Amino acid sequence: MSIEQSPHSEDLPPHVPRRADTDPRAAKRAERQVGLLFIASSLATVGFVAAYVFISTEDLLDLPFFGNVSTSNLALGLLMAVALFAIGAGAIHWAKKLMSDVEVINERHPEGSDEESRAAALAEYERGRDESGFARRPFIRNSLLLSLALAGIPAVVLLRDLGPLPGNALRHTMWTEDMRILTAETLQPIRPEDLEIGTLVSGVPEGIDLVLEEEGNLNELAKAPVILVRMDPEDIKAEQGPADDPWGYEGILCFSKICTHVGCPISLYEQQTHHLLCPCHQSTFDLTDAANVIFGPAARALPQLAISVDTDGYLVARGDFSQPVGPSFWERG
Amino acid sequence: MTTSQVEQVGGKGYKWVDDRVPASTFLKRNLGKVFPDHWSFMLGEIALYSFIILLLSGTFLSLWFKPSMIEVVYDGSYIPLNGVKMSEAYASTIDISFDVRGGLLMRQIHHWGALFFVAAISVHLLRVFFTGAFRKPREINWVIGVGLLTLALLEGFAGYSLPDDLLSGTGLRIAEGITLSVPLVGTYLSFFIFGGEFPGTDFIPRLYTVHVLLVPGIILALITVHLMLVWYQKHTQFPGRGRTEGNVVGYPLFPVYTAKAGGFFFVVFGLTAFISAVFQINPIWVYGPYIPDQLTAGSQPDWYIGWLEGALRMMPNVEFSLFGMWTLSVNILVPAVILPGLIFTVMALYPWIEQWATGDKRTHHLLDRPRNAPTRTAIGAMALTFYVMLWIEGGNDLIASTFSLNVFTITWFFRIAIFVVPPLVFVATRRICLALQRRDRDKLLHGYETGIIKRLPNGEYYEQHAPISDEERAVILDRNRMPEALPMPDKTDANGVKQPGYWHKSLQARLSQFFYGEQLPRPTAEEIEAAGHHEAELTDERDHEIGESRAEALAPRE
Repeated sequence: MSIEQSPHSEDLPPHVPRRADTDPRAAKRAERQVGLLFIASSLATVGFVAAYVFISTEDLLDLPFFGNVSTSNLALGLLMAVALFAIGAGAIHWAKKLMSDVEVINERHPEGSDEESRAAALAEYERGRDESGFARRPFIRNSLLLSLALAGIPAVVLLRDLGPLPGNALRHTMWTEDMRILTAETLQPIRPEDLEIGTLVSGVPEGIDLVLEEEGNLNELAKAPVILVRMDPEDIKAEQGPADDPWGYEGILCFSKICTHVGCPISLYEQQTHHLLCPCHQSTFDLTDAANVIFGPAARALPQLAISVDTDGYLVARGDFSQPVGPSFWERG
Repeated sequence: MTTSQVEQVGGKGYKWVDDRVPASTFLKRNLGKVFPDHWSFMLGEIALYSFIILLLSGTFLSLWFKPSMIEVVYDGSYIPLNGVKMSEAYASTIDISFDVRGGLLMRQIHHWGALFFVAAISVHLLRVFFTGAFRKPREINWVIGVGLLTLALLEGFAGYSLPDDLLSGTGLRIAEGITLSVPLVGTYLSFFIFGGEFPGTDFIPRLYTVHVLLVPGIILALITVHLMLVWYQKHTQFPGRGRTEGNVVGYPLFPVYTAKAGGFFFVVFGLTAFISAVFQINPIWVYGPYIPDQLTAGSQPDWYIGWLEGALRMMPNVEFSLFGMWTLSVNILVPAVILPGLIFTVMALYPWIEQWATGDKRTHHLLDRPRNAPTRTAIGAMALTFYVMLWIEGGNDLIASTFSLNVFTITWFFRIAIFVVPPLVFVATRRICLALQRRDRDKLLHGYETGIIKRLPNGEYYEQHAPISDEERAVILDRNRMPEALPMPDKTDANGVKQPGYWHKSLQARLSQFFYGEQLPRPTAEEIEAAGHHEAELTDERDHEIGESRAEALAPRE
């Protein structure tokens, strides 16, 4: 096989021939390898169709290290991988072994326009400008610019109905006076004696399931959830609300579960210290000290819900939160 | 070639087309188009091929996915979730995973493909930055690239938010919290985006349109322009023998690059399929449907959102109340809105910042070796360190639980280190680059160390040096294209009149000194020649001495 040097390549490093360039047997071997790769791909594709037809999506395969995996997914994926990879490997092998590896040179040309073209373009522009009178008739030009600028306004106005205005929506939750606090898991009302010291349960307002059903969305579940924690009254350093009428009940405190940073539900409770940590960004609230922030990016304490017990002895809210729950917003104050 | 010959080779169909559009005119100029070879030029290719894989797998998924937040009760093959209330979006994703044959594979290819897509773009961007490929005439392509990276992040986030599982819902909740932090309009923005309060029922159908139409449409358009510009401006190349600013050295499009690049698409697709067959990704059936009051510890976004997560975690809790009427959430605004805005803006403007600072407005087709642009390389290393530190802080809880460390200590470490470590990296990188330049100069003037130790008759040992190869020499000498630092301007002109624009010029000169001031002086042609002679003479002299003494030793004694 002869090696042809391209005309301008004197400066390039000299070409070193490959085995397939000089040894016909090596070239033949490379040819066989490439062809076999393409045939491997074809076989894998046939296998893919067979796997699609014959393997059920319910079959599981127990593999060491990987555990139970879907046989269908594994078979289809591996066969597809072989079918595709072998085409690529064959093509690249072909290029590397059998196609010319003599470097060639292309000249570059200036990217920009030359002066002549620039002058010609300018002349064309000036012709059009003068013919239309775009420059000479400022009234037409300016009124056109005005109308074009205004024509974009409907595109913005039309977006208005994307959603309702915020109003007071972010300031209220569904909590009202004497509304029972239910466990979030089982929707059962809670008596104070159900809670031992050091326990924390997630709660929701009674009737939230009906509200969700009625509204057809999960909005209330993004605002109303609370956590109930019971601690030794001795441990409570401070509570929100007036000092003469604290919002807790016999060491049971109720706080919003929604983080005041960006709204994740807070769930990591450290029993010894009564610290509550948000798993999203590690804002940490001290429940013994009015749920104030002791670490992390949240800036405000978790709002406390004032609670008491009703005549049947179940824990109830004394009303809605006294401040908006969840992340801050501009109009919050 | 006559028309009948063309018909013979290309068939009647080709001739039919060629009679209507000038296909032959295009092919005659482009089949032989030369592309230079370097492994790092494949990074952009991986990004392109990943995008094609995403289009193919995404189209498949869209045939079954139902972008709806309507509540349904699941009843399907995945027993643990039977009877559970969930959105249609989540239920249809479970169906794709368990009931559609090949559905799980396509989901995993789509997710892995997205991870590779952003990774390939990021590493491609680093390659372009560190080799100075963004310089004139390629500034437009740099800006398009930054735009593509931004869109890819957005598209990826939108994609993994669609299945409405517990993890993706949590991501959306955080996005809502960030939207609320925007001054003046944040609350309204959030209500318009979500169709009211979070989460509502409008958002996923809206996000679906953004994810499958709007953003991919823009990405596709930008990729097209990106590639057309690469085609038209021709690819950059690394310095070497025979490579100049005026040529491109490599292999022709047809057949070599058609086979290599076309084959590489199948390699990327094949490997993505292999990983998707073997390694599970985003098992949404494990997370459960999104319920706003639930969350699992250790939740992590996809890797490319990690740096924003880290910024949010790192930021101290600063919040102001303005006149008791408005709330300014600095703790969210700075890390999640201002920081990314600033980073992407500075990144997009970087070609002009460097051009202005160095005064180098020339066209460049030969790439820089990173060591030859020490300040740029140091800026890049500093920025990368900053990014990686944010990214690590994004997993502070995982680091804390894995290594039994205190999560607060880790956060405090990064709050301080984020200001201390990047500047140190800057200084160190610049030093390393200058040291590498020194070594290059040394090799050029004195050759490389052969490892052969010789002893002179007087007992002196020395190591023999040998001249470096012509190829290496061409690469090192290429530094002569680097610009010089601009001189400081005079405050006044010859007549003692204050120079107009002195402040502007002196700032530019100072920046230019900062960029190129500490560079090692380039060896002049005379120096190289003199050193060559010197080295040769020294070797001759020593060989002569050795030879003489050996002759002496071997001479028959009388």
